[in-house]
Amino acid sequence: MSAGIDLENVCCDFGSFRAVDHANVSVRPGEFFSFLGPSGCGKTTILRMVSGFIEPSRGVIRIGGKDVRGQRPNQRPTALIFQNLALFPLMPIWENITFGLEVRGVDKTTRRAKADELLRLVDLPGAADKMVSQLSGGQKQRVAIARALAVEPQVMLLDEPLSALDLKLRQHMRAELRAIQKRTGVTFIYITHDQGEALAMSDRVGVMSQGRIQQIADPRDIYNNPVNGFVAAFVGENNVFTGDVQNPSQGMASFATPHGTFRARLGDIAGQTNVKLYVRPEHTALTKAPGPENSIPVTITEVSFEGNFISVLALSDSGARLTAEIRNDGAATVPEMGAKMHMSFDAARASILPDADVRS
Amino acid sequence: MHDMMRRYGPGLTLLICLLVAFWLLMLVIVPNITLFEQSFRPYLPVVEVGGPKDFYSFDNYMKVFDGNVEKSLFGMSFEIPVHVYTFFLTILYSMLVTLVCFAMAYPLAYYMAKIVNPTTLPTLLLMLFIPLWVSEVLRAFAWWIILAFKGPLNALLQGIGLIEDPIRWTNMGYTGVVIGLIYTYVLFMLFPIYNAIQSLDTNQIEAAEDLGAPWWKTHWRIVLPHAKPGIASGSVMVFMLSAGSLLVPSILGSTTSQWFTQTIDQWFKDALDWNTASAYAFILLFLCTVFVSLALWVFKVKLSDIAK
Repeated sequence: MSAGIDLENVCCDFGSFRAVDHANVSVRPGEFFSFLGPSGCGKTTILRMVSGFIEPSRGVIRIGGKDVRGQRPNQRPTALIFQNLALFPLMPIWENITFGLEVRGVDKTTRRAKADELLRLVDLPGAADKMVSQLSGGQKQRVAIARALAVEPQVMLLDEPLSALDLKLRQHMRAELRAIQKRTGVTFIYITHDQGEALAMSDRVGVMSQGRIQQIADPRDIYNNPVNGFVAAFVGENNVFTGDVQNPSQGMASFATPHGTFRARLGDIAGQTNVKLYVRPEHTALTKAPGPENSIPVTITEVSFEGNFISVLALSDSGARLTAEIRNDGAATVPEMGAKMHMSFDAARASILPDADVRS
Repeated sequence: MHDMMRRYGPGLTLLICLLVAFWLLMLVIVPNITLFEQSFRPYLPVVEVGGPKDFYSFDNYMKVFDGNVEKSLFGMSFEIPVHVYTFFLTILYSMLVTLVCFAMAYPLAYYMAKIVNPTTLPTLLLMLFIPLWVSEVLRAFAWWIILAFKGPLNALLQGIGLIEDPIRWTNMGYTGVVIGLIYTYVLFMLFPIYNAIQSLDTNQIEAAEDLGAPWWKTHWRIVLPHAKPGIASGSVMVFMLSAGSLLVPSILGSTTSQWFTQTIDQWFKDALDWNTASAYAFILLFLCTVFVSLALWVFKVKLSDIAK
C-alpha cells in the first residue's frame, strides 16, 4: 500500500523568513523521490511538513489525495527516518522495531514474530535481542528502516539517513535502500545534499535552493538538461561564461563573451537578465588543432589523475580558467603541463541558462 | 596530585590539602564518630562518667520502643510505641512530599527542557531561583503567615467561595509541614529531572510520535525511562532532606504533627540526654539509608546512574 503526495503552493514561514516558497510537487504512489539541495534550502522543512511536525503557513498537502492539515504526526500514514536515526537506546532491537505496533496494542507474540520478519527483510537476522549500542552504524541504519516499515506506512520519509556512514557503506546502503523500496513498493521521499545519492537512487529528483523548487525531473534530465544555473552548478561541474545572447533562433543562440562568441542551446531565459553559458568539463575536448566550433586556445596549467578520469585545468589566452575531463579509457592521451592546445565543445552540449529562480 | 603540584607549587598544594583534610576530619568525621560512640553509652551524671555504670549497650536504641500509645488507622485500633509511630509518620509524609514534588516537578522539567522557547528559559530559571535567595527560616515563616487562620490563603479561598469558614491549616495534622516541605525542596526534584530530560534527544520524542504513540505513551516508554536516574536522585534528595528537616516541622507544625527530628531535638535540648539523642539520630540515618536503597533496588536504579 503506497500513497502519492501532492504539495500545492506550500509555503512555510519562520517569522519573517520564508523557508519554503510556493512548493508544487506531485509525488506518485510507489515513487522514489529525492529533494536535493544545499543545507538551509528548505528540504528538511518540506519533510517535516509532510510528516506533520510543522504545519504549512500556506498551501495544501495531500497524502493519498486527502488533505492532512491539522493531523498530528501520529495520525499520518507516514514514517520518518531521522538523520541521527533516533533509535531508542533503552529498548532491545526488537522492541525498537515494533514500537509502532506496541502503541497500536498489538500483542507481544505477534510483535516478536513481526520483528524477526522485518530483521530478515533488512538482512539483519539474529539481532532482535541486542541493544542499540551493540550495533554498527550500518546495522543501526537497517534497524531504523525496519522500525519505520513495521507500521506499514504508505509513505517513507528519509532525512539524510546515510550522511553519518563512511563512503563504502554509504554506497552499499544506497543499493540496499533502493532494493527495499522496490520490494515493498512504498513511496519514498528522500532528502539529501549529496547529488550522487539523489541521482543514483531516485526515480525523480527535485532540486531546491533558497526555499524554492528549481527543477523536478528524472536524474538524467536534471544532469543533462538543467533549467537554470543553480541546478547546473549544484549538480555536477561546469565551465561558466558570462556574456550576451545574440540572434536566438530555433532553440539555439550565439553567446558573446570576452573569450569569444560561442553557439549553444538556449534555455528558458524569458524575462531574465542574468544569463550565463554552462559547459560541463566532460563535454569538452582538448585538441592540438582548433576544433570545428566553439574553440578556445588554452595553455594547460594542471593535470590531475583521478583514476577513472583525468582532470585538466587550462588557462585560455583571454584569461579564463577552464576545466576539462578526459575519460581514462586506457587509450586517452594525457596532455602535458604547459602545452598549448585548443579546448572546444559541441554546441548541443552547452546551455545558455538563467540564474537560480529566486522570485518571490 | 602531581598535576596540582605542578600547577600551584608545593606551598599552595599543601595548604589546600590541609584545609580539605581539616574540613573532612574535624567537621564531618570527628563529630559523627563522637556522637556514634556516645549513642552506646548511658546518660550519667558527670561524676559517674567512666565509672562502673558507664558501659556500652543498645539501651539508648531500645528506647524507641518505650511508651505505647493507642492509635487507630482505617478503623483498626492498635497500640504502638510513640516514637516508632512518629518515625513511621515521618517516613510516610516524607514519601508523600517526594511524590507531590515529583508530580509537580516532572511536567515543569519537561516544559523547561523541551517545550519552552530557549530565549525565555533564563527568565523562568531566575523566577525559580529568586525564592532561594531568601533564607529557609524566612520562607517557612512566610508560609506560616500564608497559612495563618486570618491569613491570605483563607481569605482567598473564602473570597472565591470555596470555603465558608477559615481553616486552621497548621493544626490539621501534617498539612502545614507537608506544604512547607514541598515548597522548600521541590527545586531539588526539579533540577535533576530537568538535566535528565534535557539530555534526551528531541528526535526520540518525535520518532515515538511519528510511529503513532499518543503523548502519554511517549512519556511512559521514552521520556520517563530516560529521566529515571534524574528522578531517582531528585527523589533521594527530597526524601532525605524532608525526613531530616527540623526547621519546617518546628515552624509549620503543631501539637498534632510530631516529626522524628523534633523527637531527636527534644532529647538533645529538653532532656539534655545527648546519648539517647545520638542513638535516635543514627536510627533515622540508618533506616532512611536502608529505605532509599530498597527503593532504588525496586526501581532498578544503580547508584552509578545517579552519579551521572
